[in-house]
Amino acid sequence: MLMIFGYIFITMGIVTFLISAIGLIRMPDVYNRMQVGTKSTTMGTILVLFGACFIEPSWTWKLLLLVAFILMTNPISASVIARATHKDGEKLERDELRDVGL
Amino acid sequence: MFEFVILVLMLAMFIAMIRFLKGPTLSDRVVAFDVMSIMGVSLLVLLALYFQRSLYLDIALVFGLISFLGTTIFGRYIEKGI
Repeated sequence: MLMIFGYIFITMGIVTFLISAIGLIRMPDVYNRMQVGTKSTTMGTILVLFGACFIEPSWTWKLLLLVAFILMTNPISASVIARATHKDGEKLERDELRDVGL
Repeated sequence: MFEFVILVLMLAMFIAMIRFLKGPTLSDRVVAFDVMSIMGVSLLVLLALYFQRSLYLDIALVFGLISFLGTTIFGRYIEKGI
């Protein structure tokens, strides 16, 4: 029963990874690609690691440490890249805020 | 089961590699590198399940730490230069 839960979680995580990679190709500019490349890969990693927890219950503490590490470091690196790109002078492809008058 | 999952994950890494080779700006390449390294952490966990060795989990932890440092240093390089 736990094995089935593990396989379901791992499959959901892998599908999330595949959608993230396709979005990395399809999105129009740098900021959209950044959003795709950080949010959905965080979710995919957490799903895969929880699935591994269900399959091998004796590895749970090591995998939970890995989940905590991913949850701490991944938003920091995304924020650093986004800030550096903005200061470098990269523009959005189409300025949405100007369209609504802000 | 695990063979199929690892193959699909490698397909996703290959698609991210296309963006890494093609990306017009440096930030695109850094984002693609970040995505590939996070997928690499999951790939190491899946390989640990496939070969039944818990040593690969330690390797995944160190790999995640090194890739986080690399991404942060590239961000600083884009912002200020060397």
